Amino acid sequence: MRVNALAVFTVLYLLVLYAPIVLLPMFAFNAGTVIAFPLQGFTLEWFAALLNTPALHEATLNSLIIAILTAVFSTILGLFAARAATRYGFPGKAGIVGFIMLPLVLPEVIVAISLLIVLMQLGLTSGTWSIIAGHTLICTPFAIAILQGSFSNMDKSLEEAAIDLGETPWSTFRLITLPLVSPGIIASLLICFTISLDEFIIAFFLSGNEPTLPVYLWGQLRFPARLPVVMALGTILVLLSVALLIVAETFRRRGLKRVGLKDTGGFL
Amino acid sequence: MSQTSTRTPIVTLTGVQKYYGDYHALRGITANIGQGEFFSLLGPSGCGKTTLLRAIAGFEDISEGQILLDGKDMEGVAPNRRPTNMVFQSYAIFPHMSVAENVGFGLRKSSMSVAEKRAVVGQALEMVGLGKFGARAAHALSGGQRQRVALARALILKPKVLLLDEPLSALDKKMREVMQVELIKLQREVGITFILVTHDQEEALVMSDRIAVMFEGEIAQLDDPETLYRRPKSRRVAEFIGMMNFLPARVLGEAGGRVGVEVQGLGPAELEAAQCPSGATPGAAEIGVRPESLTLLYDGQTAEGGREASGTVREVVYYGDMTYYDILLDGTPAPVRVSMRNMPGRRVLEFGARARLAWDPRAMVLFG
Amino acid sequence: MSTYTKLMRTDAAKGLTLVSPTFLYALLLLAAPLAAIVLLSFWTQQFLTIQRDFTLANYTEALTDPLYRELMLRSLRISGLVTLVTVTLAFPVAYYISFHVRPERKSLWLFLITIPFWTSYLIRVFLWRVILAYDGPINSGLTLVPVIAIITLILAAIALSALVFWAVGQLSLRALLAACALTALAALIWLVAPEGGLLRGPVIAEPLGWLLYNANSVVITLAHAFAPFAILPIFVTLEKIDRALLEAARDLGESYAMTFLRVTLPLAMPGVLAAVLIVFIPTVGDYVTPRLVGGSGGTMIATMIYAQIFDLNDRPMGATLAVLAMLLVAAVLLWGISRARFWLWLADRMGGGAKGAGIAAALAVAEIALIRAAFLHGPAMMGPATASIALVLAASVVSVAILLRLPKGRWGI
Ligand SMILES: Nc1ncnc2c1ncn2[C@@H]1O[C@H](COP(=O)(O)OP(=O)(O)OP(=O)(O)O)[C@@H](O)[C@H]1O
Ligand SMILES: [Mg+2]
Repeated sequence: MRVNALAVFTVLYLLVLYAPIVLLPMFAFNAGTVIAFPLQGFTLEWFAALLNTPALHEATLNSLIIAILTAVFSTILGLFAARAATRYGFPGKAGIVGFIMLPLVLPEVIVAISLLIVLMQLGLTSGTWSIIAGHTLICTPFAIAILQGSFSNMDKSLEEAAIDLGETPWSTFRLITLPLVSPGIIASLLICFTISLDEFIIAFFLSGNEPTLPVYLWGQLRFPARLPVVMALGTILVLLSVALLIVAETFRRRGLKRVGLKDTGGFL
Repeated sequence: MSQTSTRTPIVTLTGVQKYYGDYHALRGITANIGQGEFFSLLGPSGCGKTTLLRAIAGFEDISEGQILLDGKDMEGVAPNRRPTNMVFQSYAIFPHMSVAENVGFGLRKSSMSVAEKRAVVGQALEMVGLGKFGARAAHALSGGQRQRVALARALILKPKVLLLDEPLSALDKKMREVMQVELIKLQREVGITFILVTHDQEEALVMSDRIAVMFEGEIAQLDDPETLYRRPKSRRVAEFIGMMNFLPARVLGEAGGRVGVEVQGLGPAELEAAQCPSGATPGAAEIGVRPESLTLLYDGQTAEGGREASGTVREVVYYGDMTYYDILLDGTPAPVRVSMRNMPGRRVLEFGARARLAWDPRAMVLFG
Repeated sequence: MSTYTKLMRTDAAKGLTLVSPTFLYALLLLAAPLAAIVLLSFWTQQFLTIQRDFTLANYTEALTDPLYRELMLRSLRISGLVTLVTVTLAFPVAYYISFHVRPERKSLWLFLITIPFWTSYLIRVFLWRVILAYDGPINSGLTLVPVIAIITLILAAIALSALVFWAVGQLSLRALLAACALTALAALIWLVAPEGGLLRGPVIAEPLGWLLYNANSVVITLAHAFAPFAILPIFVTLEKIDRALLEAARDLGESYAMTFLRVTLPLAMPGVLAAVLIVFIPTVGDYVTPRLVGGSGGTMIATMIYAQIFDLNDRPMGATLAVLAMLLVAAVLLWGISRARFWLWLADRMGGGAKGAGIAAALAVAEIALIRAAFLHGPAMMGPATASIALVLAASVVSVAILLRLPKGRWGI
């Protein structure tokens, strides 16, 4: 093996990708109140400040509720669609599946304002439920993409074999299908959870007076004095998402191993 | 034992039709399959073998016709309620279970105690020669072992009919031959009706009691292997099973149950009615004769009844135990293939040599 | 079995039943709201009430007002630039991972690439504001640190990565030693360089003002934010290429570079196209980045949509801008894809090679010049709204006609 220009380029690319993330802990532990170089010294003050900010706690709780419900709903909807798409041919399949996957390429601002306008015109107040509805819409395509992988890795005749040996369609689902796609389900739950937790635009348009974590952060970005605290929060969020991601990846690999497949790549 | 089985029928197919949208996959299949029979569905790719097998198993609804299993109409009966079990082409071994769990999968709802179940699974594994493999993870098995697990799993419920969809096609040639013999033995041992789908004519001939040759969703001929080989009903069946020479001929007429023909390159012959599956109308026809029914004559040998012809060797293919010759008979446009067993005293002819051969009218089939 | 139960047992019925919950959900929460904003865009806001008469007034206003026109064109321009930068930089990375990384290491690399993107989007964008700021690390580095120190640091970074490559067995010891020697040399020069000389001075005297609060910073930030979305689809298509094809091309006498051009690149094109779509479409409507790092020169259409709805309380105008943004994106993509297909087809028809490429390129330049001229002079002749609508409509009709008439070529477009 030799190292070539491509390898050097890729390494540089990775360095740039990580550049912003590297700054995060620098400023989170920086004693200076201004987010600028040079650094002023080490402090844990900003992390401590996180603990006594009730508005932050409320926003976090709100975000967690939204993310959990979104993950569950999108994964259920994703299960239906992924199963239909991998197992059956039906008229208009490409169109129907394409339409369900549309939010993947639609600018989020479009989804957000169309939902907002419908709510406003119907005279409904937006809030937690409307955010969950919007997040479920944009997370479902991700769930489908992950679950489709799990379903298509599974030989169709496995289910037929179970039915052939006397199981009902439901018990076949429970005994064969579910165990074999469960790693995909868990990965889908985690990914949807992470996307929802981080989503800003839809939440921003629909949150009303119950901000989610990103909406709360957005508000804080306007106050220079609050920025170091935001950095501390960001550091924690980075660590959390990386942890979640590692868990999701582990499950995905375990799933591959379970059905005896070679690992061929990452998510999506 | 031939077209109609003497056994009590266990599967009765009557006018079975299947459409996939506009595509007519099964065009009226009618057949009886007997109790304890080893029955094969043989045909080229896409002729509907798998479709028919899956219709019997209940995985495909048929569009018309009737399927009786053990005398009961199967319409609307779900696959899990049919007295059939299947060995899938991909084997469909559950990857998240051990070998023993796979084999015992069908026993979940039975009233047996855990110990009894374990014993039954052990016997089944023993039967397929995997006695020590029960605890193995299913995805850590070789192709041949997976096949045995699939067999044991399907047989454990003692189905009335075992359906096998190209069970040997994923194995290499050696392993395939071993498994062919084992399958025959196993079938005799358990006495269950086997319906085997294959596109390998040799496999079908070796293993089956009767074979249904299918083309484009229809059964072209249903017979025991010997009849199928010796008396194919159509040129297409003859071409599909083994090798056959086709020689232009003229039907001269019929007298006393015997048909007189003039075969180009060979001469006049008299055939029995059984040798004319599609009748014998006077005029142009074709004679089919298998390579091993033509015999090379070496120096000094003569043919019985003077039925001999001569020509030039155009191709020599040496197989070790056999040699195949393509011989262009004098006065014919295309060569015929002749196979000779290599024995002491039989030298291998060379390309371009003159050759004489003897023929036997009893080994001929007339196609109209 | 009744006909009904028979019907319900067909694959089509099962599939449709199974997909229906998700499909209905998408209809209810996507199709209906989209239809609603289209409808709303034909109404008008009169102070506090909405006038429900069908009118094109919003569209006329959106297309004539230079402010809206400029915003829409700028959004397209920025997104186009982001797409170009992102996909061009992503391709070599995807190629490296797919072709040069050992199979069992691939998912680790992909994992490394995706990690930064599962962290808060807001914070990531905000950090770019920090990086590019007047007193940010780039400017402080360039104004405070001596040239020679920067050179030394870069060499040290290279030597460090060389060490890593050497450790995993991808680099010869000689190359590693060379990198280390160069670094040492630079450090030595740093020590002996004369005080006050060029090498000891900073790279620039004044901080760079153009780094932040304009279109540049928006492009940089978005290109960073969408990197994995470009890498993943390209990587997936590259992975699907049968390596025997490349060996066959080499075997038939093609060089490494020509094999890449004649086999790899055409086969990778569907992935590139997917990357273009996945980057271009969402970036046109991005709100956070222009707001945080765009300043006034980097404002994009989403900011205006937001302002119409929340600040000016003119929902119909907001809806109109949203619909127009979608239509424009669709028209641009249609144009791009159809022309790419047409030009590639033409190049092939003209015998390929330099001649074919030349003719196709000439035609491409001509058409772009024509469209530019029409945009510049059309409004003066026909009135801005009519001209824009007519132009976009005509171009789209031609695009659709090309897409329908010409089959997908060997470039998979
Ligand atoms: N679900 C389906 N929808 C449409 N056509 C089908 C479907 N399943 C099978 N067919 C068609 O029906 C015909 C018969 O298929 P079948 O699988 O029974 O063939 P086969 O004889 O088993 O062939 P092979 O030896 O290749 O397995 C084929 O032409 C196939 O394309
Ligand atoms: Mg088949």
